[in-house]
Amino acid sequence: MIVVVDYGAGNIRNVANALESLSVEYVVSKNPKDIANADKIILPGVGHFGAAMKVLRERKLAIPIKNAISGGKPYLGICLGLQLLFEKSEEAPGVKGLGVLKGNVLRFRGKMKIPHIGWNSISKKKDSRILANTPSGKYFYFVHSYYANPLDRKAVLTTTNYGSEFVSGIESKNIVAFQFHPEKSGKLGMEILKRFCR
Amino acid sequence: MLAKRIIVCMDVDAGRVVKGIKFVGIRDAGNPVGLAGEYDAQSADELVFLDITASHEKRKIMIDVVRNVAARVFIPFTVGGGVRTLNDIASLLRAGADKVSINTAAVENPPLITAASKKFGSQCIVVAIDAKKRGKRWLVYTHGGRKETKLDAVKWAGEAEKMGAGEILLTSMDRDGTKKGCDIELTRKVSESVSIPVIASGGIGNPRHFAEVFSRGKADAALAASIFHYNEYTVAQVKSFLRKNGICVRE
Repeated sequence: MIVVVDYGAGNIRNVANALESLSVEYVVSKNPKDIANADKIILPGVGHFGAAMKVLRERKLAIPIKNAISGGKPYLGICLGLQLLFEKSEEAPGVKGLGVLKGNVLRFRGKMKIPHIGWNSISKKKDSRILANTPSGKYFYFVHSYYANPLDRKAVLTTTNYGSEFVSGIESKNIVAFQFHPEKSGKLGMEILKRFCR
Repeated sequence: MLAKRIIVCMDVDAGRVVKGIKFVGIRDAGNPVGLAGEYDAQSADELVFLDITASHEKRKIMIDVVRNVAARVFIPFTVGGGVRTLNDIASLLRAGADKVSINTAAVENPPLITAASKKFGSQCIVVAIDAKKRGKRWLVYTHGGRKETKLDAVKWAGEAEKMGAGEILLTSMDRDGTKKGCDIELTRKVSESVSIPVIASGGIGNPRHFAEVFSRGKADAALAASIFHYNEYTVAQVKSFLRKNGICVRE
């Protein structure tokens, strides 16, 4: 069973809607046991790094998620679900992230408008099953003010240009995560969800 | 590169899309879900549903519309019209809207913008501004353009940003419905005075108008209704024109 982790973040409904339209079996859950028993995990999210970590800890979800990832379960992180994998974020100084991946989360700097809202294109940095049918240059929907800065550059799956290049997709062993929202990126986004779930 | 967005706006009255939608080959042209799917297929980047339902009891129907659209169409959409309280915003977001636009209530009760963006995140709070030129400046109008305020539209956009708005939906009332193109000066002034995205609206009648408001007006997105509803142009045709003119759009 695919478990969509409910930590009170917005847009869980949208991810659930997308899975439903793909006829995928899933459960939205805040129960640590469900995560332990899950086949695959999706961590969606729009929200605040600090607030999200607080809820993950209060609901005792942080450790089960880390265990599931280290145990090799396929993990899909979306937006904040990508950022939470890292050690810390400029959005919430002093708050520890899940720390599954080394690196931090930074705020956009420069003359660009923030948040980065809208459709932007990806540039693939390596081959991957999840983007097998998606060439570089395709557009996905972004809504965010922060981006991840992974220490391990081999984990970088895609980058996107907004003022400068930032990491918009990550793949490392059983982890795949995107800064954009597949559930809001039309057909190409649905293709990513389909490939993760199947 | 971040693409300029083409946004299609639909007016919804008691659950039905109104204002002369004349699609060829759509059996039920008033059905919001069917139309949303059609515009998605045409590569619209976003949709806006404006609830113009006058009767208070029938306003709840909009929640079902939002739920149905969210279940079947997987591009971002905004809902506006008569949004007055945090509860209104919460129920629209919970039903599946990605963003909510606030107009009159933002002017009458500015702390609502702050409260809403703190609670739900500024990315989903759009402040809609209806502006009309008065002498050398533009004044803000509320109540669907019926009531003049003393607010300067450019300044109000800046204040809305400070209070937590994530985007500005800027409508030129002088141009709305004219098909003579957007108010470029107004759009550029607002866009240059804020650091959040600005959606230009009012007056778009052909693909060139989109190009103008993106290049000279500095808009991040442009919203149109009738040119798409009356099948004068498809979104794809507009995008192909823009691409030929060197403007970055999603295919």
